Parts: sequence; C-alpha cells; structure tokens
Amino acid sequence: MYEIRWHGRAGQGIITVSRLLGYAALLEGKYAQAFPQFGPERIGAPILGFTRISDEPIEVHSAVYNPDVVIVLDDTVPKIVNVTEGLKQGGKMLLNSAKKPEDLKEELKIKDVRCSSVDATRISLDILGSGRAFNTAMLGALIKTEPLVSVETLCKALNERFRKDIAAKNIEVLLKAYKEVVEA
Amino acid sequence: MVLHTVKKVYYPSKVPPFAPQVVPYQGEGVTVRRQEVVGYNGDEAVALAVKQSKVDVVAAYPITPQTIIVERFSEYVADGEVDTEFVCLESEHSAASASIGASLTGARVFTATASQGLALMHEVLYTASGLRCPIVMAVANRALSAPLNIHNDRSDMMGSRDCGWIQIYAENSQEAYDWTIQAFKIAENTTVQLPVTVNFDGFVISHAMETINTLADEDVTGFLPSRKPIFTIDPEHPVTVGSLFLQEYYFEIKRQQEEALQKSAEVVDQVAKEYCALSGREYGILETCGMEDAEAAILCMGSTAGTARSVMRKMRAEGKKVGLIKLWLYRPFPVEEIISALGNVKALAIMDMALSFGAPVGALCSDIATILQLRGNNLKIFDVIYGLGGRDIRPAEIEGIFNEALSVAQTGIVKESVKYVGVRE
Repeated sequence: MYEIRWHGRAGQGIITVSRLLGYAALLEGKYAQAFPQFGPERIGAPILGFTRISDEPIEVHSAVYNPDVVIVLDDTVPKIVNVTEGLKQGGKMLLNSAKKPEDLKEELKIKDVRCSSVDATRISLDILGSGRAFNTAMLGALIKTEPLVSVETLCKALNERFRKDIAAKNIEVLLKAYKEVVEA
Repeated sequence: MVLHTVKKVYYPSKVPPFAPQVVPYQGEGVTVRRQEVVGYNGDEAVALAVKQSKVDVVAAYPITPQTIIVERFSEYVADGEVDTEFVCLESEHSAASASIGASLTGARVFTATASQGLALMHEVLYTASGLRCPIVMAVANRALSAPLNIHNDRSDMMGSRDCGWIQIYAENSQEAYDWTIQAFKIAENTTVQLPVTVNFDGFVISHAMETINTLADEDVTGFLPSRKPIFTIDPEHPVTVGSLFLQEYYFEIKRQQEEALQKSAEVVDQVAKEYCALSGREYGILETCGMEDAEAAILCMGSTAGTARSVMRKMRAEGKKVGLIKLWLYRPFPVEEIISALGNVKALAIMDMALSFGAPVGALCSDIATILQLRGNNLKIFDVIYGLGGRDIRPAEIEGIFNEALSVAQTGIVKESVKYVGVRE
C-alpha cells in the first residue's frame, strides 16, 4: 500500500487533488481511498488530505501516520506544521516553491528524505492567468517523481472531473509541472 | 433456536479482492450481475443508493457531515434523474415529521441527519416507530455539543438508541451503499413495518472516497419493487392514525412493537441473503474474523472494524491468536449470534465510541455484560472508550487493545474495566 499526505490550506484544492489521484488509480484497476482531515472549517486554515493506493482492498480507516510521500501545496505551512512528521525512512517530499530542493532541505532541516520542488503557482499563473490550478500542477510533479499512475489516466480523470475547457487548461498545467519538477 | 447469518472472514496476510469482475460469486448457482466500479465517498454512495431505490419522498435538512447526501440528491432532482418529491424543511424535527406523514400515505421515504439534527428529531423518532412507518434514515455519526464539534463519534445515535428503530452500522462506503438499499426492503416488509437507520462514521466514511461496486439501476429495481403498504391515509377510505391510547391499550401496542423489532432480525437475515445473490457481497447480522481459535478478541462496529481487521492480519501473521466481532445489527441486539460467535475466547474488549455519562460502562459494553450475565457466562471483558469528537483511533492503539485482551486472557485479571484510549490524561 502506498500512502500520501497532502499539506495545504483550506480552499487550495487538497480534496480535489487527493481524490483525482485516487480516482486515477481506481481507473487503472487499483483500490484507492482519499479523504481530508479538517480542523476548524474556515478558508485558509491548515488542513491535511490523504490518498491511499493499493493492489488489495483497503481496510484501514485511520489517518496516514507514516506516509511514503508528503506533498506541500503552500510553502508557508511548514513554518506552522511539522510536515516531515512520520515520513518513512527514504520517503519523498514534494513542495510547491520557487526555491531549489537543496535549499529547501537546508531551510526545513530535512534529512534522509528525497526532496523535490516545482514552482506550481507560477506555472498556474502563466497558463491560467490565476494561481488556482497549482494543486493540479503538484499532481503532475508527483507522478514524475513517483509514477503511481500514468499521465494519460490522470488526464482522463481531469476530463471527467472538469468542464472541457477547464480540463484542457489543467492538463496543460499538469504537463508543464511534470517537465519542470526538480529533484535534489 | 435458529441462528441468523454470521459472515466469517478469514485472515490471510493479503486481503482478497472484492471486485465481482475478478471473482464471481460462487453460491447456489447464482450468477452475480455485472457492476460498475466507482470512486464515491460514503455520502455520495448513499445518495446513489437512494436514487436507485426509487424513493417517493425525501424530506431532509442538511447538516455536516451528512450534507453531501442532501446536496447530491437535490442535484438528481434538479437534473430530472428522479421522480422523487424532494422537501427541504426548516429543521430536522420537521424533516422527521414530514417523513412520517409521507410514509403514512404509502410512500417510500428517505431522510438523513447527524448529531444535533438527530437530537432535535428525538421525540419524532419514537412517533415514527410507534406508528410503524418504514422510513429509512442515513446517519453520518457525529459528536454532540457542547463543546461544538463536527467530527465523528456515535453519541448521536447512542443517545437515541431506545427509539424503536432498527439500527445498522456500516463499516465503509461500500457497506453504506449496500445497507441503504437493503434497509428499504427490511423496513417495508409487512411483518417488520419499522423504520431503519443506516449509520456510518462521519468524515471517516462520509467524506472518504473509496473504490466501490454499484449495481445497475434495473437490478436494484428488481431487488426492490415499489412499496406495498398495509393501509394508507386516503380521503376515499379514511382511517385513524396516531390516536389516544391510555391505560387500557398503550402497553399492548408497545409490547407488539417490541416483538416486531425483535423478530425483524429474521427479515434482515433473509434480505441479506437475497442481496448477496444479486451483488456477491455477503451481509448478515454480524461478521466474525478468526473467532474459531481466538484467545482474545475485540467487538466493535463501524469503520473501526476495518482498521482492527488490518491490525489483526498483521498480529495473526506474528502468531497471535486474536479475533474480531463486527456488529452490523445493533438493534435488535443479536444475542444468540454474539454468544455463539464468542466461541472459546477468554477475553473480550468492547469498543464504545460514545460516553454514557455516569453509567458503569459504555452502552455497547453494557449490552454485552448483560447477555453474558443472563447466560451465566464468566467471560472476562473490558470496555474501551475511544474516538470522541473525531479523535482518530490509530492502528498502534488497536494493537495495544488486542495485546491487553491477550494479557487478560492469560492472567484472568482485568486491570481496568473501562479503559480510555487516545485521550490525554
């Protein structure tokens, strides 16, 4: 079983991406689970999302405590939340940041973790003229560093989830992030 | 004494796949119908089940974490996908009252609620069961105020557990979907004629997308023909409903109601068998895992059972003889099936996700202690209070409870009869 923890703020689309990834895995014949963990229900509050992907039915219903990968959608969150907590030895971390992954590792004092970064907000701004699709960009970056599902399946999931024109823009964002992500 | 269906699950380290496309159901020459695999959360799964059940009236008021059911269903209505009369009420008290009125006209009725909403319905719940209205209600279990909390525990349903409704607890989104469809058939059976609640853990299930199998619309229609009421309130053929019964008859009416509820287990069992033939998914009164040779076990309900089973697989692989009993049916309480399922187990931990303030133990543990005493059974038990207000129950904590039960089985000594797990003391 592969377990993912998403960090971000309420309103940034964590539920959407955690589900899109799970749904893409489902389309590839795997079992998936995707769920949020809310704090107080207000926009901007730090929240968590989880995705589990497995070849077997998933029975466990607790939160994810030892993720294989942690994805941070908002670079202000690591200042208030311990984003590396419980991350598996040799686990991966992916951040939305214009900074290089080496610098982020030093800044966040991360050891034994393979760190990647992508400037998802800029990619979304360039293509959509707004930062709203940076969550989709993180999906593209994730499957480059960790090929959990194919790009084609994710695009199919996006096409089912969004209106045609919006899906097309999101796919563009996803593919650009897929190309631009940098691993330390 | 005929025991109703107890599903036995085995515990290889790998979980067997459930997609019927992969493993066709092997039973009594029945071919399982092809199903569609979807990614739905518990609320969406229940909304689909209600749509496929061709419900005549939905009267509801949205409340977290049940909101998605009402939202999704209102979309079905707006898109013309259902013929249902959808009534948005100003409160849950009114939603429950409208459900009763609709049900008395002979309609198939669904409503949904949680937490404060269920508490507000409390007095009306007794009217629904007393008037023998076969309403189906989904409850996405949530904590009660104060302090205000939107997250999961089962204080809401446990607070209304004596309301005379059949009470079912689903483990995951798949079960919430399957039980909702079965619930209509159970409720509307004329020997039952009682309302049913399908409970599932708020957020943990209501907001968790999972891989689930859904039946084709026509297969649900085939399984669940339209309701055939014994009588209806009809101006052409007037009847009196809800009249005054004082010292002379009230007691008899209540005695009959209790008998109908106790006997409904037979119908739950029969409906589960029919549903299995259609879907390939086996349901019943309760589910056991590893109880054939277990020395210590956990008894629980809802999503906790899934986490406990995954912990159990790991512990079994380490050679520890632990077992699990998951109740699907909480009311009527399956006395004989539980006694039989206990087998030769020497210690049992009972998981209560609600406090019964001032009581010796939690509500579920109290029921178990009662049936053991009535049977002169000296099994060592202890109660676990956990998960209040959405406090997550971790696999490591469940392993600790299994180990505690194993230690009780070995020593015969219960150190704490009520154990709080996951709370900061």
